Amino acid sequence: MSRFSVHIHGWLLLLPAAVLLVAFTHFPAAATLYHSFFSTPKPGRSAVYVGLDNYRAMFDDPVFWQSLANNVWFALGTIPASIGLALLMAVLVNRKLAGRGFLRLAYFTPTILPMIAVANIWLFFYTPQYGLLEQLTGLLGLPSHNWLGSRDTALACVIVVTIWKEAGFFMIFYLAALQGIAPSLAEAAAIEGASRWYFFRRVTWPLLAPTTLFVLVNAVINSFRLVDHIIVMTRGGPDNVTSLLLFYIYEVGFKFWDLAYAAALTMVLLAILAALAIGQFVFLERRVHYQ
Amino acid sequence: MAAIALERVAKHWGATRAVDDVSFDVRAGTFTVLLGPSGCGKSTTLRLIAGLEAVSAGRVRIGGVDVTEAPPSKRSIAMVFQSYALFPHLSVAENILFGLKVRKVPAPERERRLKRVAELLGLDKLLARKPAQLSGGQQQRVALGRAIIAEHPVCLMDEPLSNLDAQLRHDMRREIRALQQQLGITMVYVTHDQTEAMSMADQVVLLREGRVEQDAAPAALYARPATAFAARFIGTPPMNLVRLADGARGAVIRGTDSPVVAPGAGEGLLLGVRPEAVLIDPAGVPAAVAAVEYLGADSIVACTVGEAPFIVRAPGKLELGAGARIGLAWPREAQHFFRAADGRRVDSTAAAAIAA
Repeated sequence: MSRFSVHIHGWLLLLPAAVLLVAFTHFPAAATLYHSFFSTPKPGRSAVYVGLDNYRAMFDDPVFWQSLANNVWFALGTIPASIGLALLMAVLVNRKLAGRGFLRLAYFTPTILPMIAVANIWLFFYTPQYGLLEQLTGLLGLPSHNWLGSRDTALACVIVVTIWKEAGFFMIFYLAALQGIAPSLAEAAAIEGASRWYFFRRVTWPLLAPTTLFVLVNAVINSFRLVDHIIVMTRGGPDNVTSLLLFYIYEVGFKFWDLAYAAALTMVLLAILAALAIGQFVFLERRVHYQ
Repeated sequence: MAAIALERVAKHWGATRAVDDVSFDVRAGTFTVLLGPSGCGKSTTLRLIAGLEAVSAGRVRIGGVDVTEAPPSKRSIAMVFQSYALFPHLSVAENILFGLKVRKVPAPERERRLKRVAELLGLDKLLARKPAQLSGGQQQRVALGRAIIAEHPVCLMDEPLSNLDAQLRHDMRREIRALQQQLGITMVYVTHDQTEAMSMADQVVLLREGRVEQDAAPAALYARPATAFAARFIGTPPMNLVRLADGARGAVIRGTDSPVVAPGAGEGLLLGVRPEAVLIDPAGVPAAVAAVEYLGADSIVACTVGEAPFIVRAPGKLELGAGARIGLAWPREAQHFFRAADGRRVDSTAAAAIAA
C-alpha cells in the first residue's frame, strides 16, 4: 500500500468519530463564539457585527453577576459535601455488614433516577403546608416555612437535592478504588498499632487521591451543568436567588430569544469550565500518587 | 522458655476446619518453620498468632502472656507479608518508620534506628524511593526492615520469599537466617518449600489438613519421619513407600518372593526407603529400570519393584537402559515402617537386613 492510501485509510477510520465530534461539539462551539460577536437577528433586521458589545452588556447585567455568584455558592455547597458523603458511604458499604448489597443499591438509586423525577419528589418534600418537611416540623411544633419560596432557603434546598443526587454516583468510584487497596495494608498497619482513623488519613486517603481528582473534576463540571431541578423546582426564583449560569443562558436564549447574548454567556461558561478543569489537572496532578 | 505457645488452637469457618487442635511451643530466639502443602492451615496458624484472625478455640501465649483476646498491636510482634504490604505512596524511609510514627517514638530515636536498619539491610541509598521503583528483592528488604525496626522479640513471616527468583531466594534465605541469629529474634516462618524449612529452621512444625503432623528439628524430621506423609514431604526425590506382603519366611515387598525385608507379617505395612540410601547390588531386591535421569553429580533411576515404582539416587553417571534388570539393597537402619491404614510409624525392631 502506498503512503498516500495509508493516510486515506487512517482518516477514514477516524471519520465517524470525527464527524460526531465536529457536528456536536467543535462546530457548535466555534459557531457560538462567532455569533457572540453579532447582534441577535430580528424579523426585518439581520444580524450585524457588534464586536464586544454583548460582553460589555454582560458586564453591566446584574442578573448575570447574581447567577455567577449563585453558581459559586452552589458549587461550594454541593462539591465538598457530595464528595465527603460519597466517601463516607463508600467506606461504610465496603465493610462486611449484613444487607451490604441492598445498602449499595439504595445509595446508588438517586443516580439511576432522572433528575426531573428527583426534582418532583423533592418538590413534594418542600411543599408548604402539607409537604413532608412541613409535616415533620409541624410535629415538632415549629412555625410553617415556605422552603422553596423564601429567599433565604431556596438555594440551600436546591443544593441539598443536588448532593442527594450526586453522592451515590461518586460513591461507586470510591467503592471501586477502596476495593483496589490490598487488605494486607490494613493488616500491616493494625500490627503496628495504627488506629483506623490514622490508617485512613495516612494510607487510604492518599491512595484514593486519583479517584478524588477524577470525582472533583466531574463534580465541578456538574455544578455548572445541572439545571434540570432548577427548571422543575424554582425556575430561578424567588427573585433570581436560584438562577444558575446555565439556567440564565437557557432563559436568555430560549425564553427571551436573545440568541447573541446567550452565545456570549455560553462562551464565558465554557471559559470558566476549561480554566477549572485545566487548573485541577495541572495543580492537583503533582500531588496525586498513581499506582 | 517458650516465646510462643499454642494450646489446642482451632479455627473453624462453618464446617471447614482450617486449623484443628494445633499445639506447639516455640523457644525464644529460635527459628521455627510452619511447613505444609497449600491449604494445610499454616498461614492461618500464623495469622492466629498475629491476632489477624480470632481463634475458635484454644489459647495463644506470647512471652508467657495470654494474648488470645489481644489485638495484633498488643502482642509485641512484627510481621512480613507474602505480598510485602508496602504502602505504595510512601517512600522506603516512611514505610520503615510507619510503626514508630504510629507509636510516637521521638524523632532522634527514629533516625537512629532507621540508620541502623538501613545499614543492616543495605537500603541506605534507596530510602527516598517509592516501592514501585524497587526490585522484588529490594521490596523484600524494605518489608524486612519495617519488621525489625520495631525491635519486637517475635517476628512472623508469611512465605516471604515466594515472589523472588531462585538465586535471590537462596541469598535471602541465608540473609534472613543470619539476621535472625544476629538480632536474637524469635522467628516463625511459613513456607511450603521444604528446602527453606530444612536449611533455615531450628524446629519444623509440619502441618497437614489443619493438624500437626510432626513437630521436630529438621534432622529428626528427615531421619525419623513420624508418618508416611512426613516421610514423603521431606526430601527430594521423596522417600520410596512400598506395600509389604506376607512371604513364606517373613515380610516381602508386594509382588516379589524374596528377599525378606523384615521378620513377621508384612500385610498392612508400608516400607519406606530414601532414594539416596539405596545401592545397586545384584544380590538385592530385583528391580526393572524404567528411566534414568542424569543430573551431573548423581543420577535418578526410576525403577519398578514388584508392582510399585521405586526411585534410586545413585552417584555419577549410570549406563543403564530402560528394561534393564538390577538388584537394589539398602542398610537396615535406612528402613522405615508405617502402618498402611493410618500412615503412623511403627518401629519394627526385628527388621532384618537384607544386604550389606
